[in-house]
Amino acid sequence: MDVPLKWLAEYVDWDLSVEELAHRLSMAGAEVESIKRSGGNWEHVVVGRVAAVEQHPNADRLRLATVDFGAAEPLQVVCGAPNLAQGQTIAFAQIGAQLIDPGTRQPRKLRKGKIRGVTSLGMICSERELGLSDEHEGILELTTDAALGTPLSDVLADVALDIKPTPNRPDHFSILGIAREVAALVNGSVREPSASYPQSAMPVDQRTSVEIGDAEGCPRYTAIVIDGVTVKASPQWMQDALSAAGMRPINNIVDVTNYVMLEWGQPLHAFDFEILRGGRIVVRRAYPDEQLELLDGSELKLETDDLVIADAERAIALAGIMGGAESEISDATTTILLETANFQEASIRRSRARHTESGTEASRRFEKSLNPELAELAARRAAALIVETAGGNADAGLIDAYPGKAHIPQVLVTQRRIEQILALQPSVEDVRGILTALGIPNRWLPPNRYAVSCPPWRSDITVADDVVEEIGRILGYDNLPSEPLPGAVPDPDIDPERQLGERIRDVLSSLGLREIITYVAVGEPELAATASDSVGALSSVRIQNPMNTARDRMRTSLRPWGLHTFALNQREARAEIALYEVGKTFKPNPGRQPTEERMILALLGGASAGSVHGDQSRPLDFYDAKGLMEQLGAGLGVEFELTADARDAALVSGQSAQISIGGKRIGVLGKFSPSVTTQFEVEGDVFALELSIAELALLLQDSTVVPSPSVYPAAVEDLALIVDVSATAGQLSSAIAGNGLVESVELFDIYTGEQIPAGSKSLAFRVYYRSPDRTLTDRDVEKARRGIVRRLASQFGATLRDS
Amino acid sequence: MVDLDALETEARSSLGETQDEVGLESWRVEWLGRKGRLTTVLRGVRDLPAEQRPLIGAGANRLKVALEDAIAARRAELLAAVSDGPALDVTLPGRRPPLGSLHPVTLTRRMMERTFRDMGFDVVEGPDIELEEYNFDRLRIPAGHPARDMWDTMWIADDGNGGPRQLLRTHTSPMQIRYLERRQPPIRVIVPGTCYRYEATDATHEWMLTQIEGLVIDEDLSFAHLKGTLEAFVRRVFGGDIETRFRCDYFPFVEPGAELGVRWQGDWLEILGCGMVHPEIIENAGLDPDRFTGFAFGMGVERVAMLRYGVRDIRYFYRNDVRFLREFERFMGSG
Repeated sequence: MDVPLKWLAEYVDWDLSVEELAHRLSMAGAEVESIKRSGGNWEHVVVGRVAAVEQHPNADRLRLATVDFGAAEPLQVVCGAPNLAQGQTIAFAQIGAQLIDPGTRQPRKLRKGKIRGVTSLGMICSERELGLSDEHEGILELTTDAALGTPLSDVLADVALDIKPTPNRPDHFSILGIAREVAALVNGSVREPSASYPQSAMPVDQRTSVEIGDAEGCPRYTAIVIDGVTVKASPQWMQDALSAAGMRPINNIVDVTNYVMLEWGQPLHAFDFEILRGGRIVVRRAYPDEQLELLDGSELKLETDDLVIADAERAIALAGIMGGAESEISDATTTILLETANFQEASIRRSRARHTESGTEASRRFEKSLNPELAELAARRAAALIVETAGGNADAGLIDAYPGKAHIPQVLVTQRRIEQILALQPSVEDVRGILTALGIPNRWLPPNRYAVSCPPWRSDITVADDVVEEIGRILGYDNLPSEPLPGAVPDPDIDPERQLGERIRDVLSSLGLREIITYVAVGEPELAATASDSVGALSSVRIQNPMNTARDRMRTSLRPWGLHTFALNQREARAEIALYEVGKTFKPNPGRQPTEERMILALLGGASAGSVHGDQSRPLDFYDAKGLMEQLGAGLGVEFELTADARDAALVSGQSAQISIGGKRIGVLGKFSPSVTTQFEVEGDVFALELSIAELALLLQDSTVVPSPSVYPAAVEDLALIVDVSATAGQLSSAIAGNGLVESVELFDIYTGEQIPAGSKSLAFRVYYRSPDRTLTDRDVEKARRGIVRRLASQFGATLRDS
Repeated sequence: MVDLDALETEARSSLGETQDEVGLESWRVEWLGRKGRLTTVLRGVRDLPAEQRPLIGAGANRLKVALEDAIAARRAELLAAVSDGPALDVTLPGRRPPLGSLHPVTLTRRMMERTFRDMGFDVVEGPDIELEEYNFDRLRIPAGHPARDMWDTMWIADDGNGGPRQLLRTHTSPMQIRYLERRQPPIRVIVPGTCYRYEATDATHEWMLTQIEGLVIDEDLSFAHLKGTLEAFVRRVFGGDIETRFRCDYFPFVEPGAELGVRWQGDWLEILGCGMVHPEIIENAGLDPDRFTGFAFGMGVERVAMLRYGVRDIRYFYRNDVRFLREFERFMGSG
């Protein structure tokens, strides 16, 4: 809301620059988003005084003026204005100011110059040069008593503070509300506007009545009737005030309702009383199929949830949002009914969202939840202004239908609580002074308490700490003490999944992969395309109002966005792409919060880097992905087991495997089907490593003990075996490693072809025998080898190649 | 009688003819190996007549030491000669082992977590899909409350099973309530997590964002402790001479409420919301609000990351362009 400073000054005095005032207000909670100056760009233009005038030595029509503008030394300028005179207060432009060129009417920067041989160090401005008007006959004479050197914008411009209220402070949507803040901040007081007016002998309740049919939607409705008014333009001061606050003047009656709304934050509405059928007001929900034409000409089809103001027969206003066209104040209006009411914020919000784009000045205020106590104050103030500007006779009293009237609770605050929270000891006088300046009723209850109540323009003083905040913010948070935390450090909660996620990030990033973080919202078709089975794809959590309707599902897998990201980066044509994400997936639980499961998905594709040293680039394949998995296992201290065929609908069955630990499946490794990758516009093969972090965390050993290496020498032997092609390397090496003397086994050669029978292959293993507690003899090794060979022969039909 | 001098002359002369490691090894085997010539002499000492034993034994042992020194010297000589071989073009590219990167949001989140951990904070996480009750009502933001407008919410569609209303959490503050359900003071915890806002995306707004929530409750904590803790955090993150300011602000679950700003390149930037935990929340946790007080805060990780790394557009973070991510390799050494 724009708070024009001239208007604000009606209620409170301050002796601060505009910037300082804005800063203090912001720091105390009324955030000034900007300072709006309606004048031109008046940087370097200040208030000055003509200290002396003398004739220009070389020109008859020019004179030399000595200008005092608050600086140590006055400056001399050459001036041609006929009205120049000693002692004038003027607008002095220093070198560097942007002035409007009187000839071109374009802004031009003022430079130091010589005019007829005399140096001119600035300019005394005309209205045209300041962009104020076309007036250029002479210099602008100021009537300010501001100190010399004060920026011109402070004395001449209409300055307004654009204030962004927080939701708890509807009073910051009013000039008086801001005035009370200023009063508290400068240790001043507020001049309350007058709300008294002459009332006729006619009691208002004999003229009209108010019936509230929905007390929840309308906790309070006050009505004042004034007859004999003359509708015309409002006085200039009121028009100026409204314009400065950004509202268009209309006529005196409407202008008063707007003026009081801006002044107090309470919306009001005036009806042409003669139009009201039955001469009375009914507040109710709209009837089915009821219609209403609003002031702005829009035709509403009302819904039965809409709260309306009606007369005896039909809706005449959309409550709290906008009046109806028919009962609008016109030049012919002579009797008005002034509504000052309170409406429930939720009801206003629903109707506003239904019927308007962005709401109205009234609805914006009602949606902040106004205190119903405020209505009467604003009603009386408006009545006084209407009688003042439009004449007429006000009926005696006001109708006050107030079904929502509640006891105003007293808030008790101890001095100890203030000291406990703010960590300082303000005096009782300081505390009461702040509260009083803010208009918060307060009493000191000796020996140690204050009794405080919430003023009508606020609703946020309900507990002791609300009062503590008032004290703290007016003293200034930056003036409160600061201390380090005392006391014991609590024991941490252990979250193994979270810790494991962090470990996996470290290992994978150190292996050359890049971490990505992608969006949680995906499209159902994307989930279906990448699902491991067709059943899982159908079950996902749906977002009711997604950012993008094509992506309205919470991801059940990291695959869709992983593949999108892969494709995006493929377009940048890098040789190798290696990405991973550690993130949550979401599985629905009917009627309950979904299960959130942390997953890891690594994607690998492209070609290995070649080099000028003769290293050949080659396409990455399944074994690169497997190596990655093995290194991840090494980094976590866990051995992943692979079983051929992941049985995963998105992966190629012959180039995929399920990953398990101790027989428990925890993930998959393998190549995405081309049918999947083409849907994501990925070119070439992409290999995925996908693990459930939750499952892995359960299976991970938390032992931190590592074995010490044996001090005894190893015996190393090579075993070249011929086996059926169906036997896997994994089966053979586990069988070899099963021998108690075998420390480790490495496969170092695979061969098929000549010398090997068809349907067979040769695998060569290097076997390391070692004992932790003695040196092995040749006989020990010989015996172990025979055992291994026997076992391989019986299990796999293996024969030794060189025997 | 063994002629040790002749033996030494022969050994030294053949050592002088060795040219490489292979030659050195076969010389060693010939002279000093298990069946080497000098070893044989030493083994034979015990078979010598008693009067010769001390003389030959001592001489042979001296010679063994001398030959061991000689082979070490010859090895050093050969190595020195090798290093004078043809020079490499050291400007050719090296064979680079791969270096990956952590996401900038992870890096910044960890930096912030570490800073709080150093101050004794626990780190926990909560669910992304929250109950309306925890995200709003229990934080004193009932339906229809004007403060709900502060968070544009993405709701989870009703699954028809009659459960409570769910949403994508708009802030990490619900974990204040969940943590208080299972822990007693002293409480000193931060909660990193992803939050969601139904909000148009532009250079400074993303609908998905990472927050770090904090909660501290103990006996007689004051606004001074809030200030001291958050000022210490900001100093550690932005440097010791950073200027800070606390401005009054409103969040329904704190009272008094504040916003912490830092002066960054001349401008004040608001980086976190904070305040004293509302006494109603303390009371609802079964604690005496006169005795137990504390403070809470919440801040955006992306915001801090943008300042730290000079990133001008928040949308870079979740686009995951490798050309951007690659720049964060340089932080692999900083955890």
